[in-house]
Amino acid sequence: MSILVDNNTKLVVSGITGREGTFHSLRNRDYGTQVVGGVTPGKGGQDVEGIPVFNTFHDAVAQTGANTAMIFVPPRFAADSILEAEDAGVELIIAITEGIPAHDELRAFNVIKKNGRTRLIGPNCPGILSPGKANVGIIPAAFFKEGNVGVVSRSGTLTYQIGNVIAQQGFGNSTIVGIGGDPVPGSDFIDIIALFEDDPETELIVMCGEIGGDAEERAADFIAENVTKPVVAYIAGFTAPPGKTMGHAGAIVSGSRGTAKAKAEALERRGVRVGRTPTEVAEVAASLLGTAA
Amino acid sequence: MDLLEYQGKQVFARHGVSVPSGRHAQTVDEAAAAADDIGYPCVIKAQVQIGGRGKAGGIKVAQDHAEALEHAQAILGMDIRGLTVHELWVEGASDIASEYYASVVFDRSAKAPLVMLSTKGGMDIEEVADSDPDAIARLHVDPLLGFQEFHGRRLAFEAKVDPDVVRPVGAMLSKLYDVFVSEEATLVEVNPLIVNPERDVKALDAKVTLDDNALFRHPDNAELRDPSAEDPQERMAKERGLTFVKLDGNIGILGNGAGLVMSTLDVVAQAGGSPANFLDAGGGSKAEAITSAVEVILSNANVKAVLFNIFGGITRCDEVARGLIEAFNQIKPTVPFVVRLDGTNDVEGRELLAEANLPNVHAESTMDGAAHKVVELAAAS
Repeated sequence: MSILVDNNTKLVVSGITGREGTFHSLRNRDYGTQVVGGVTPGKGGQDVEGIPVFNTFHDAVAQTGANTAMIFVPPRFAADSILEAEDAGVELIIAITEGIPAHDELRAFNVIKKNGRTRLIGPNCPGILSPGKANVGIIPAAFFKEGNVGVVSRSGTLTYQIGNVIAQQGFGNSTIVGIGGDPVPGSDFIDIIALFEDDPETELIVMCGEIGGDAEERAADFIAENVTKPVVAYIAGFTAPPGKTMGHAGAIVSGSRGTAKAKAEALERRGVRVGRTPTEVAEVAASLLGTAA
Repeated sequence: MDLLEYQGKQVFARHGVSVPSGRHAQTVDEAAAAADDIGYPCVIKAQVQIGGRGKAGGIKVAQDHAEALEHAQAILGMDIRGLTVHELWVEGASDIASEYYASVVFDRSAKAPLVMLSTKGGMDIEEVADSDPDAIARLHVDPLLGFQEFHGRRLAFEAKVDPDVVRPVGAMLSKLYDVFVSEEATLVEVNPLIVNPERDVKALDAKVTLDDNALFRHPDNAELRDPSAEDPQERMAKERGLTFVKLDGNIGILGNGAGLVMSTLDVVAQAGGSPANFLDAGGGSKAEAITSAVEVILSNANVKAVLFNIFGGITRCDEVARGLIEAFNQIKPTVPFVVRLDGTNDVEGRELLAEANLPNVHAESTMDGAAHKVVELAAAS
């Protein structure tokens, strides 16, 4: 098992004819993901290396039975594309695009929530990888193998770093989920941790947070009350000064709130082990899992 | 992007939010002339993007021309918590019957706009929130519905504003919500929102933060940028499309991806070092971007050593290596570099660096090892 993406994923990519969209769609297909179509308005009928392109998500879904969408269009078009995929009835939308206006995100999030039929991951995220099954997004799959550690993270490259040290300890991953670094993520830690809790393959959960917002604090409460599997956390940004956005739109310490220290303490108070470096996270995870399989 | 008070008030005025009339000034003479036009008493206000201006002496009432000159002289060039005052806003003094607080903020947890109203205006609202949380009426607005008149009434009654101004205060909140949505702000805050003896409701201050990602839809606002408020090194980085934050230490940092760079700063600090900057070279950086980033890092004279921490996903380590080699050709750095390359094309990247045999460049294979090495080198130089 795994969560969100697997052998049953049928992916349609919005922005497949763009340079990055083409590159990553083909990489995802090479990994074994079923990439069944792409959407670029005005380019319906064309194909990208054999992947059919449609004018609308509605056409793509009707003709391919796609159940998953990846959004790769520039920021000013991204919320519209998310809403189109939702309207076409896609179950899972993974939005890679960085820099979407906050009010666009707010509207898209609230439409999705209200209609209640679609799950959104991202925006501004690296995507989802279920090693050995499917890769949707830009995660470099070669560094990860199948295993029992579920990872959920606000950051892409930090996930690779932590995944890599975990791999060096001999462990693999059930699924790696990048929820993204924006202020309004479609899914937050709680949503993904709940899925890992129910996934039989996942034996340990690593959550990778950072400064800004209170998603980690809320996750701490959720874990204490609902999660039986061990959770190891990492928080980036101990040295971040207040008032400065550290790269991600969501990574900002405002006033006394959202600091790395407050987050680490909230998690530890609720019994979650917090590693102070990526290496320490891997060591704690390895010690909790025992000898590598 | 944070607006200065006067810029915020100009935005307010476009949406029908009542503000005292005022004028912008950059010299003592301009300020005195503005004060003469507006009439006395008037208020001379420092325009800097930081709170606590009043306490720092950056807001003063002038009763006549001589006082206007004196206050403008004192405030221009003043340092307020590290920011120098280059601009003034001169406006008519307002008679105040009541001082309230009003704001619309982007509530990330609720994923909805949050409107707040309190009769405890004029003070630090975070202190009010801590000491007397019930004094702040709060309401989330469904962004798909928008702000309705009943929202305004409910907040006004709940905050216990004077009964005769329930409707005008509600109307004011509706206009502030309109500013929040139409201008694509992430924060609209008025403290104090006043009621004058004539029972008019006015915004005496304006704190507006706009969403940078939405500025392409608001060309007027995009022009409000205040480059003088930015650090020259940060401006240089921005012009080159790099995500950069200047810090106080002496170890230059370059990484790819915001989370990894933040983590690198932490690991360097834990190793006893002090980072000079946050620099995210971004995903898929080409050699030229890396060369350009090295230039930005080294433009800070405090930098004693530089750490490259790359975990290549989209970013290819061979491109990073080429960029560093080119930087050495062009800039000829004199400080030591520690380079850790992992991920996509890492073998090629390491080979390129080994062949180039750059002076004082140290390859490390782990993030922890690289952090310790760079701290050691910075301390030794």
